[in-house]
Amino acid sequence: MSSLRRWPISSIIILGILVFMGVFAPIIAPYGASDMVLENRHVPPVFFGGSWDHILGTDPLGRDILSRLIYGARISLFVSAVALISGGVIGTVIGLVSGYAGGTTDEILMRIVDIKYSLPLILIALALALILGPSLELLLGLLAFLIWGGFARQVRGEVLLLKELDYVAMAKVSGASTFRILYRHIFPGVLNTVVVVATLQVGSVILAEASLSFLGAGVPPPTPTWGAMVSAGRLYLDIAWWDALIPGVAILLTVLAFTLLGDWLRDRVDPRLRQI
Amino acid sequence: MYRFLIRRFVAAIITLLVVTLLVFILSRAQGDPRTIMMSDDTTQEEYDAWGVEFGLDKPLAVQYGIYLGKLLRGDFGKSVLQRAEVIELIWSRLPNSAQLAALALIFSIGVGVPLGIVAALDRGGMWDYLSRGFAVIGHSAPSFWTGLVFIYIFAVMLGWLPTSRKSGLDSMILPAVTLGWSAAGGQLRLVRSSMLEVMDTEYVKLARAKGLSQTAVIWKHAFKNALIAPLTYAGLTFAGLITGTIVVETVFAWPGLGLLAIWSVNNSDYPILQGVILIVTAVYVFTSLAVDLLYAVIDPRIRYS
Repeated sequence: MSSLRRWPISSIIILGILVFMGVFAPIIAPYGASDMVLENRHVPPVFFGGSWDHILGTDPLGRDILSRLIYGARISLFVSAVALISGGVIGTVIGLVSGYAGGTTDEILMRIVDIKYSLPLILIALALALILGPSLELLLGLLAFLIWGGFARQVRGEVLLLKELDYVAMAKVSGASTFRILYRHIFPGVLNTVVVVATLQVGSVILAEASLSFLGAGVPPPTPTWGAMVSAGRLYLDIAWWDALIPGVAILLTVLAFTLLGDWLRDRVDPRLRQI
Repeated sequence: MYRFLIRRFVAAIITLLVVTLLVFILSRAQGDPRTIMMSDDTTQEEYDAWGVEFGLDKPLAVQYGIYLGKLLRGDFGKSVLQRAEVIELIWSRLPNSAQLAALALIFSIGVGVPLGIVAALDRGGMWDYLSRGFAVIGHSAPSFWTGLVFIYIFAVMLGWLPTSRKSGLDSMILPAVTLGWSAAGGQLRLVRSSMLEVMDTEYVKLARAKGLSQTAVIWKHAFKNALIAPLTYAGLTFAGLITGTIVVETVFAWPGLGLLAIWSVNNSDYPILQGVILIVTAVYVFTSLAVDLLYAVIDPRIRYS
């Protein structure tokens, strides 16, 4: 793991580009995400017989793939950020309470986490999308639900160690309320863990979002999402491979960048977390 | 030990109850099932009779009880469109998904374990680097995309393997590799770190000091003890692979439970979807239960409290 000590340059570059694309999408995208020119269907990428007008080619409806990727980055980032923050906050609070309270509360909360891990989330997402209709809110809820358990488990583990320490006992003796102990004395101690877990979870969130979009349970069209782009393009794999395969590369690179960054951060901040 | 057994079993049952409740609530949220069955010449009497037949005149809690009773007797209801018992549809598809998951598992072990050993022995070298690259890409690439890349390369461009659907053994290769890649990467990382740990122990150092050959040290002393963690992982992976088949089956038009689930979503056939959810959860819960128990038996150092 010695090489991981160095800064993960490639991750930072990829994520930098991604954030830039997401924030400035309307300015840098050469075309609108839904601009259709039907005569321009399936134009190949520039190095495969296409032209500089459409660097990454066009999709089955004649929309510019690069522009859709850029707008798609926006959705991916937004969805992951919201899901991560909500799932992270819920999971962290549950982990703090579970670890600090101990006993029956801890037992019940941790069994709920176990149950969460046994649920076939993709199938349940499909059922919810079928009955309630796919929507952004549903997707955010599902993704937050996907990740809170990881935060809860890790934070709880940390709290179990921290609460035995002297300074926490001192705070208790000096009459600090439970809330104050958790917030002022224990939470700062688990913050590193929370950050590492969050970075490691971004990849799973993006993959899950892409899978749900691919299956039709993500953000509904015409919003461009990378997973839905792969899904729409796969019917034309034999005549226009770029439709489906290029958006997939964007997913792969993004997840890869977050995974490597997360690994690096974990080794740097807290090597004890290596098992996750 | 017995307490652990009982607790795990109770947890499994509670998980299943939670899922049935969820599925039940969703089916009620969908609205009155009679509206789907109604046609123009349905009379009020028939409508009311259905209400009694389905127990819709009773309180929700009682309805849930009736529903559970039916499930226990293997009655998963009827498909809206296919005019067949859901349980029969599921039984006809389950073997295909299980086959795919089993092949993916074989792939993940067959590739992950040897590569993990090689990576550990060549720590910091080229093989280590390549193996870890294989693992991290498997972990980061969405399976629906890798599946399409494989189809494009091996079916469209080279024409070596069929694109999709289940035919002979050759039609299983691409779906199994697609499904198993991520698990193979996980297996690899685990075997690697487990080997490195074992190679560092006193008894392996002693074996080396005795002048045993490198092969003997690796196979007789290190490998056997490095195997415990990967074994458990393999069991847990199998449970995970069953869920993973949903996406992969969609890509390869593989006639398993996943494709059935997607079909039911596209055709608003909720009874089928709820059947698949229940069966998949049951398979997942009982596989992980079995793995936990097996683990406790294999490795006596583990004592669950």
